[in-house]
Amino acid sequence: MPSLIHARGLIKRFGDFTAVDGIDVDVRRGEAFGFLGPNGAGKSSTMRMIGCVSPPTGGVLEILGLDPVRDGPRIRAKLGVCPQLDNLDIELTVRENLTTYARFFGIPRKVARRRADELLDFVQLAERAGSKVEPLSGGMKRRLTIARALVNEPEIVLLDEPTTGLDPQARHLVWERLFRLKQQGVTLVLTTHYMDEAEQLCDRLVVMDGGRIVATGSPRELITRYSTREVVELRFNAESQQPYADKLDGVGERVEVLPDRVLLYVHDGDEATAEVHRRSLSPASVLVRRSSLEDVFLHLTGRTLVD
Amino acid sequence: MVTFVLPRLVSFEGMGRRSASVTERNLATLRSAYWIVMVSGFLEPVLYLFSIGIGVGGLVGDIALPGGEVVGYAEFVAPAMLAASAMTGALSETTFNFFGKMKFMRLYEGILATPVRPIEIALGELAWAMVRGVLYSAAFLVIMVLLDLTTWPRALAMFPATILVGFAFGGLGMAVSTLIRSWQDFDLIAAGQFALFLFSGTFVPLTAYPEALRWLVEITPLYRSVHLIRGLSTGTTGWAQLIDVAYLLILLAAGLAVAGRRMTRLLCK
Repeated sequence: MPSLIHARGLIKRFGDFTAVDGIDVDVRRGEAFGFLGPNGAGKSSTMRMIGCVSPPTGGVLEILGLDPVRDGPRIRAKLGVCPQLDNLDIELTVRENLTTYARFFGIPRKVARRRADELLDFVQLAERAGSKVEPLSGGMKRRLTIARALVNEPEIVLLDEPTTGLDPQARHLVWERLFRLKQQGVTLVLTTHYMDEAEQLCDRLVVMDGGRIVATGSPRELITRYSTREVVELRFNAESQQPYADKLDGVGERVEVLPDRVLLYVHDGDEATAEVHRRSLSPASVLVRRSSLEDVFLHLTGRTLVD
Repeated sequence: MVTFVLPRLVSFEGMGRRSASVTERNLATLRSAYWIVMVSGFLEPVLYLFSIGIGVGGLVGDIALPGGEVVGYAEFVAPAMLAASAMTGALSETTFNFFGKMKFMRLYEGILATPVRPIEIALGELAWAMVRGVLYSAAFLVIMVLLDLTTWPRALAMFPATILVGFAFGGLGMAVSTLIRSWQDFDLIAAGQFALFLFSGTFVPLTAYPEALRWLVEITPLYRSVHLIRGLSTGTTGWAQLIDVAYLLILLAAGLAVAGRRMTRLLCK
């Protein structure tokens, strides 16, 4: 099956700065595909190129089999875009934001009104239909932006950091709605710097760092490939964790030293904890957990996330 | 429930329809408060007409047109006020409002994620500016006829001319808006606009200016607009008015071209 988004050696430069440095991406129909990476990794620049609002500097990019530079309007007619910062129309009501946006796609007024009402139900904003945008909470605005991105019944929905800045309740509501979209067969492409978001939503993802792709796979595959089954987090009451880390050499497959804790990448967490105690080390706290994408990320980029 | 499973192909070809959807968005924002803006914009030239055209005109007496015809001062000033109001209407929408939408409301970023292209936003906004300008002009023309400052047939001829003036200044305003950086620059635009208003053969004939400076007055867009509309209003049109029409059409085309290109550069980085 041909991919909906096909990129080979895709490059984006702004003057001397290279934001995207030759990436290869294929997004298949119906999947949820994620770009994971810290700020400045080139995720948003990639999304803007896919959204046909930023011409690539080099490489190949095809969306729905079309060229984004030549066929921009035709491609955008089939995309839904939820940008990182809400750019809702503050001069219009919640419902008008949807009906007016539908008109930009040439959707007849009657259809636009019907679809607006359905979408307001879908994102649970029907009660606020007549309200202005300004007084809405951050979560409501984000849901309205998502509803707006769906008004043209898009084949691909692009979500740039869909839950950044939302409180936990609002995040879960957004995730749940996005999951339902996915179940309905909509192709989702999202960027995030939240590991849990990537694990929850993405079938497949790429980890980006410094404009390049450093790993590709499903969340599970990435964890298996770049991490161990379990991770033991040790905290020592000391200025530096480094001296303790040296004494932990060989306990697991790998030892990672963070400013406030030491991570042991191991197959069996309990067995490793016992070994720590056998070496007469007494950490202030011990946490055994399953490996997560965050561990993959630390391994691949060698640093904690910059928020 | 919405069926996203089989996304329909939304065919939306055509620049005209996409531009119209941008105009339609502005219509949707119309609220009662906007009518206050509309009324004040209409009143301005009317007040000038009464205070200067008729008030000061009483002291000035008659004025001789370049062709030798003699008209009352109010007849001389009224068409200039009409041209100036077409300019003001077009500029207020395409400078202040347009700049705000582009830089601060980030409205166009949302629109550009749809099939609508930058040049179509420019066209749609320009058409919207015209809706406002056309209403001002029509109302002012009715007043001119009622005050016996022109005739109905001439007013009908002036009407499309005011639309052309509005389009030309709208294109210019939009081009300027894409070039300025901050709200402070609007003071410059306002100053330039007021200078045009005072020194474009609006209140005095061209012959009243020092000979060395006349060419400067003659190349300003408002002078060409006043010249065109005054010719139609007083029934003294000639070949010179064709130059005015050509000038305004070129201004419109150039303004739109610059605005479209600059918007692409600013918003589609």
